[in-house]
Order: sequence, then structure tokens, then C-alpha cells
Amino acid sequence: MIATIIQRAVMQGTPLLFGSTGEILTEKSGNLNLGIPGIMYVGAISGVAGSFLYEQAVTTLNPFLAVFIPLICSLIGSTLMGLIYCFLTVTLRANQNVTGLALTTFGIGVGNFFGGSLIKLVDTDVPSISLSATSTIFKTQLPFADKLGWFGDIFLSYGFLVYVAIIVALISSHVLKKTRTGLHLRAVGESPETADAAGISVTKHKYLATCIGSAIAGLGGLYYVMDYANGVWSNNGFGDRGWLSIALVIFSMWRPSISIFGSILFGFLYVIPTYIPDITVSTKKLFEMLPYVVTILVLVITSIRDKKENQPPAALGLPYFREER
Amino acid sequence: MKKLNDFMVKTFCNAPCHIAKRDDIVWWKAWIIRIVSVLLALIVCGVITVALTKLNPIKMYITMFEGAVGTSRLVWNLFQNTAILLCISLAVTPAFKMRFWNIGAEGQVLIGGLATAACMIFLGGRLPNPVLIPIMLVVSIVAGSIWGLVPAYFKTKFNSNETLFTLMMNYIAIQIVAYFTLEWSVPKGSGTPRTLEFGQLPTLLDQKYLINILIVAVITIIMYIYLKYSKQGYEISVVGESEKTAKYVGINVKKVVLRTMAISGAICGIAGFLLVAGTDHSLKSDTAGGRGFTAIMVSWLAKFHPVFMIVTSLLIVFLEKGASKISEVYRLNSSFSDIITGIIIFFIIGSEFFINYKVKFNKKEKEAKV
Repeated sequence: MIATIIQRAVMQGTPLLFGSTGEILTEKSGNLNLGIPGIMYVGAISGVAGSFLYEQAVTTLNPFLAVFIPLICSLIGSTLMGLIYCFLTVTLRANQNVTGLALTTFGIGVGNFFGGSLIKLVDTDVPSISLSATSTIFKTQLPFADKLGWFGDIFLSYGFLVYVAIIVALISSHVLKKTRTGLHLRAVGESPETADAAGISVTKHKYLATCIGSAIAGLGGLYYVMDYANGVWSNNGFGDRGWLSIALVIFSMWRPSISIFGSILFGFLYVIPTYIPDITVSTKKLFEMLPYVVTILVLVITSIRDKKENQPPAALGLPYFREER
Repeated sequence: MKKLNDFMVKTFCNAPCHIAKRDDIVWWKAWIIRIVSVLLALIVCGVITVALTKLNPIKMYITMFEGAVGTSRLVWNLFQNTAILLCISLAVTPAFKMRFWNIGAEGQVLIGGLATAACMIFLGGRLPNPVLIPIMLVVSIVAGSIWGLVPAYFKTKFNSNETLFTLMMNYIAIQIVAYFTLEWSVPKGSGTPRTLEFGQLPTLLDQKYLINILIVAVITIIMYIYLKYSKQGYEISVVGESEKTAKYVGINVKKVVLRTMAISGAICGIAGFLLVAGTDHSLKSDTAGGRGFTAIMVSWLAKFHPVFMIVTSLLIVFLEKGASKISEVYRLNSSFSDIITGIIIFFIIGSEFFINYKVKFNKKEKEAKV
């Protein structure tokens, strides 16, 4: 049973891990992108649309294309969302919070709209969007997963995107901490004036970090639909996972390596009520509050301890205009 | 000096354009830019709708008008929704003017609504309405301002990031309300929210929503006067412009932050009270329905000016109602309105740039010398 709980916690945590890794990269450049929930919806629906059209077009799926097409569509969709955000906040210098919230409204709207009317728009006679064939390919487990008992269940039983999430988080952590690019990126987020004076292009770093971050976050949406939800799109099914990803960023104190464990913990908090006997539906709602409470505690404790390396990037949410220095 | 000048010419004049801050812009020019951006946005929305639905765009906009103001019932509905959105926008405004990013309005509204609903359930029937309603109002104000004061306290005491803190408080409020909705539903746990019979706001002149609209109108006027003419309103502007200046002139910044957030939360609490007692007569976790977030955009688009906020909130509600009519008539998904709202807000946000900055196209270096 413990193995199943861990397994389910990891599966719940993976979308959050993608989201928070993407948002950490973005926030390290000083952009507080509150559009992440919308971006994750767009990432999900772009993948769904690509895969839906592909499944409609052919009779037998080529396993490589069945994975490749939704993956590429999802990356393109969420990168475009990142570009909108960057164009408005960096080039047109708009307010980050307002732009981010508008992006979330827009993205959730796009997701639900196309999710609800894709069938009508394409004019096919299928009753609902159910990509079970594609989903089976996304869910393919590693070899020996069911032969190694609990070890297989905990470590090998997931679709490939779970491992991608962990690898992406580890790479981001390495890039941020150990490479020159990471140093430049952190400089841009901590003090854009200094970075600019040192010859680091603030605009370029903000654009790159935000677009790559959005692409990563979008994968979280794709994982949710294709793997977790078995390829079935349901409107608002993704729920508040986008906001939970932002919570996870704070919880992990802007470190992708910590968010790997954070995501499993959040996932654990998510699934634990199902294992408590005699729990009422209403008490379950109180359990769903826990990740946010824990996040606030972390936010308060880190600000009380006031250690520089656990704080948000100093210029987070602030616009940078060279002329206004 | 000449060398430097040459260098400047070389680096800057070779770029296709450069950006300069405008000192000041005549108000009508600013409004022309805004109106043009809205028109552009409507064209883009029209193109998208036509591409998706193959409708005649003019017919589509007529449908939109019908959906928003077609019948007198719809007009009242429009005003009612505008009033609530305006109320929440007014609530977040003083905090924003102070550069305190309170994005927790959604939660503050819900907690206010929860307090109202609790009074309606536990005191309803025991007290007459004229006594009950003021109690509900006071309790919801207190609840809303407590919810706003928590992040403000930690901001002033430990400098916790207020944007992230208020954001998290929303979801705690949503889950608490979801809990009580289930606990209070009849039969218990079924999820059908209980209709709250006692303590409903009275109907004036046969119009169910008139009292809501009047209350919000009063709040708008008070907020305008408060921000523009009161000493406290001035302190808010000073803190927003520069915290250091505020400290230098002897303003107690911490006190201003706490006081302003209490006011912000209190007005959100009133919005929750109006939603539960004056509109829905029930409490659900989506009672606020994302208005807490929309209000932020409304307030910002109006440049934190209470009177312009009437215009921007009316515009947003109009678009929402109109677009949902389109989706209803042409059997599209109801989220269509979110896409339209999103696009229009993108355009308005973008247009601010052209109000604040001038884009000058550079001539080629050779021409410049001639």
C-alpha cells in the first residue's frame, strides 16, 4: 500500500514539478509570470489538438509520431504564450501582475473553449475527445516495472514524462547554480541595472528564460491530460494545479532540485485523504488547503530568517527600463 | 566630445527606431490611443470568431449587443454585475496605489461572503431583518479586513512577498468556503448549496439589484473623495511613489500599509456581503467567480481612478455577457468569452506603452548628416 501511495503522489506531483521548474526559471529572470495556470492549459490543449488531428488522420498510430506530434504542439503552444507575456512586459513594459492574470484568463479560456468545441470545429462524429491510443503510448512503463515488486512500483512504473520532469528539474538546477548562463540569469533577476552595466542583455535573458520556462510548464499540462487523465480532456479538469505550481516555487525557495521532493510532498498531501477511513467529502476540502498553508508557512519562515539565498529574486515583479535608472 | 557624439550617433541611429519617455500627454490623445486599441482588439476578435465559426462579423457584434443589453432584465443584470466588479476593483485600488500588490481579493470577498452566510444561517429567524442585516454587514467587513491584514502584517513585520502571500490566501479561503458549503448544504454533504432565506437585502422599486447598485455607487463616491482629498489618501500616494520619501517626511509607512489593507479587505468583505445577501442568496466556492482577479485588471486599466473604473468594469462585463450570448446562440463553449476578454485586455495593456512612450523612427546616418 505504501508503494501505491508513493506512486500516486509522484503522479500527482509531476504536473506541479513541470510548472514550478518553468516558473522558477522565469522568476529567476525577474519576471513574476502569473500566467502559468493559463500556459499549462494551453500546453495541454495544444497537445490534445495535435494528437486528436493525428488520430483522426491515420488508422494505425506510429508510436514515435504519436508522442512527437503532441509534444511539439504543446511546446509551440506554451512558448507562444510565453512570447505574448514577454512582448507585453519586456518590450511594451506593461505591468507583470496584470499581464499574467490576463494571460491566465485567456489561456484557461483557450483550453476550455477548444476542449469543448474541438469536435464541432473539426466536424467529426466521435462523441468525445478520448485519446486512449496515444495515452497508452505516453503511459508505457519502463521494462521490468511489474516484475520487481515495490521497487518497480515506486521507481519504474511511470510514463516517460515523469522522468523528463525530474531530469529537466535537475538540469535547470545545474544551469542556475553552476553555469555562466545561470549566473547571468540570476544577475538579471537580482539587479538588472548591475547586469546591464556589466554588458549582460537584460531583454534577451528575460525573453529566453520566460519562453523556455513557459514551454516546460506547458509540458505539465500535457502530462496531466495524456498520462494522468488517460487522454480524456475534461473542462477545468486541470483545476488549480497551475496555482499550486506557483506555491511550489515558493515552497522550494526557488530551487528546482528541492521542488522534486516538494512536488512529491504536495502530491502526497493531495492523495492522503483518500486513504483516511471514514473521511467526509467536506473534510477532504480542508485537506486540499494544506499545500497552500504549508507554502505560506515557508514564505513566512524564510522571510523571518531573512537569508539572502532563500529569498525571492530581488527584482521579482519589477519592470526594468534602462532610461529610468 | 565629438568622438562620444559620433559613437552615440553610430550606436543609436543605426537601430531602426528608439524609444523615448513622453513628458506628458494631452488627455484626449491618450484616450484616442486607448479607443484605437479597443477597436483593433475588436477587429482581431472578429477575425478569430469568423475563422472559428464562419459567421458574419457584423451579425456577430449585433448578437453581442443583444446578449448584453437586449432586454431590460439583461440591462439590470449588466448593471448588477458591473456594480459587483466595480466594488471589488475599488477595494483593491488603495492597496495598488500604495504599490502593495493585493491579488487576494478573491479570498477576501469569499471570506466576507462566508461571514454573511454564517450570520444568515445562525442568526436568521431569531433576529428581525433590520437588526440582522447591519450585523451581517459589520461581520463581513471585519472578516474581509482580517483576511487582508494577515499578509499586510507579515509584509510590514518581516517583509514577506505580498503578491505571493495574498495569492496563497485565496486558495485557503476557497477551500474553507468549499468546506462550509458542503457542511451547510441540504441534505448535508450533497453539495447543493442551501438557499439562505433570512437576511436577504430588500427589493427597492421592484428591482432586485437596485440596492446593490446604490451601495456600490456610494462606495465609489467615498473612495474617490478618500483617495483624492483626504490626508490618508495622500499618504497612500506618497508611499506608492516612494517609500523612502514617505519615511523622510515622517509618514509611518507600516501604519499606512496596515490601515490601507484593512480598508481594502473591508470593501472586499462588503462585495462578499452583496454577493451572498443581495444577489445569490447562497454561498458557493465560486461565488466570487474569478472577479477578484478581473478586478485587478479593471483597476489597473482605469489607472486607479474610481470614475474611469466605472467605464472599464462596464466594458469588461459587457464583453463577457455579449461573448457568452454568442457562444450560446452559435453553440460554442462558454469559455469563448474568456478568450475575447483576454485579447481585449492584452490590447489595452499594450496600448499603455504608446501612451507613456514615444517611438521615434531613426533616419539613416547618411540622411541625418545631409
